[in-house]
Amino acid sequence: MATLVLADHDLGQLSPATARIVAAAAQLGAPVDVLVAGAGVDAVASCAAAIEGVAKVRVAQSQALATLSPEALTTLLLTLAPQYDAIVAGSAAVGRDAMPRLAAKLDLMPVTDIVAVHGPGRFDRPIYAGNAIETVASSQAKNVLTIRAAAFRPAGQGGPAPIEAIDASDVSALARFVAAHRTESDVPDLATAQIVVGGGVSVGSAEGFKLIEKLAHQLGAAVGATRAAVDAGYAPNDWQVGQTGKIIAPDLYIAIGISGALQHLAGIQGAKKIIAINTDPEAPLVKIADVALIGDLFTIVPALIADLEKQGIRP
Amino acid sequence: MKILVAVKRVVDHNVRIRVRPDLSGVETENVRMSMNPFDKHAVEAAVQLAEAGKADEIVIVSIGPKQANDVILTALAMGAHRGILVEAAEKLETLAIAKLLKAVADEEKPDLILLGKQAVDDDSNHVGQMLAGLLDWPQATFASEIKAGDGALEVTREVDFGRATVSVSLPAIVTADLRLNTPRNAALPMVMKARQKPLAVRPLADFAVDVAPRLVIEKVSPPAERPGGRKAGDVGELAGIIAAELKELEAL
Repeated sequence: MATLVLADHDLGQLSPATARIVAAAAQLGAPVDVLVAGAGVDAVASCAAAIEGVAKVRVAQSQALATLSPEALTTLLLTLAPQYDAIVAGSAAVGRDAMPRLAAKLDLMPVTDIVAVHGPGRFDRPIYAGNAIETVASSQAKNVLTIRAAAFRPAGQGGPAPIEAIDASDVSALARFVAAHRTESDVPDLATAQIVVGGGVSVGSAEGFKLIEKLAHQLGAAVGATRAAVDAGYAPNDWQVGQTGKIIAPDLYIAIGISGALQHLAGIQGAKKIIAINTDPEAPLVKIADVALIGDLFTIVPALIADLEKQGIRP
Repeated sequence: MKILVAVKRVVDHNVRIRVRPDLSGVETENVRMSMNPFDKHAVEAAVQLAEAGKADEIVIVSIGPKQANDVILTALAMGAHRGILVEAAEKLETLAIAKLLKAVADEEKPDLILLGKQAVDDDSNHVGQMLAGLLDWPQATFASEIKAGDGALEVTREVDFGRATVSVSLPAIVTADLRLNTPRNAALPMVMKARQKPLAVRPLADFAVDVAPRLVIEKVSPPAERPGGRKAGDVGELAGIIAAELKELEAL
């Protein structure tokens, strides 16, 4: 049979995480179809069709699916489930919300937050905030899975795969969507960014975070924050990196004023290179960093911005 | 409104965990255990709804070994009214937990079920969503704000793009995120009083639920270690390192 991947999208744009989820799903060894659910998602479907390894894109459009509510998605996926051996989503908010609900409806035990695929039914997933890795085997007739996009390299461009519309007229949402409160920013997607600049509570204020954002902008990087910095109101919640926030795997992570709580370290384990700027040479994050500069961030960061600019590195 | 809150006893989140040398799991013997932090926020939310006159009874349920009594007592000391322990010696999968909670919900008929969004041991983030599916109730997960209205709740959720507000009619499932509230520490008199509150211990066999595991945990391994690096001498050196790194990334 085949694998169905639920496409991740927002504001009419396919999330870059989807190409990574397709790559992970391809490792299950069956043809991969992509489901684009929503309203006004024709452009998303075309982008999904251009991902290498996609056999076909199925598009379900209805007003009830517009906000990707878990109830509506589950109703839709239940109608498609008989045609697939595996139903896969990213372990971002929509997948985390809908896939366990779907699994329970199908009387299946889901495997979520997968960081490695060893075959159609063998996976690695982190537990205890990434302080241990569990290898699980599933011999269930069908698998419901979520994938940590950051742990996989994206599939390239291919296709275009055929696009087919599916009927979603009987899908209804149980909850009523009231409002979206979006963080306004034009920085790259945190979960799939190549470079991330992160700030901790020692940045001291929302004003101080402007400095972090300035450096990020200069480097074309996404901005991350620790839970303490978010709780203190210095950064919006969707910048949170860690066990309960976003999991990142950039090629370069620059951690500024972050001592490195276990929960934060859990979120950055996939980073290839880590640079830390901190006053405390004994901070856990400084100890695991590839390069650390010890000192006050308010002196270092402005000097760093000026120095990089001198070398011709500008937004 | 009657609220059911599910709580889990886990390795205390401040304990640095150790993987057993035979890779059979994480060491939990002689390790400090406590209530899953997210569940504490769920209990606090229920108590605040009761204090605001929106809820009249809070029932706590936990599924686990005898010792899970402790976390139920913690919740009772915070202000919940009575507890139910479904005694299970074995570690159960989230699907089995959701089915057992459904059985309890069928008996108790609550208007609202509150849970933490995930447990900090298996980090699954499943049970609220699964229970909502089994009951066919609406779900509002990762809640950072709850407003109780007439027969409905307005819940603000933490999502990828920021926050989103949904309205769910009751009965419903809500899972708590950390920014929902600040859980109280119960004062000593409340802790003493908690011991007088009813706590029913129910054997697993009371419920006709198949709890046989569906997955095999082959092994649990420690994560790859990250060797520390070097110190940069000054800002100039660090700028040079970053510039070189950018050049390399551009070449990719």
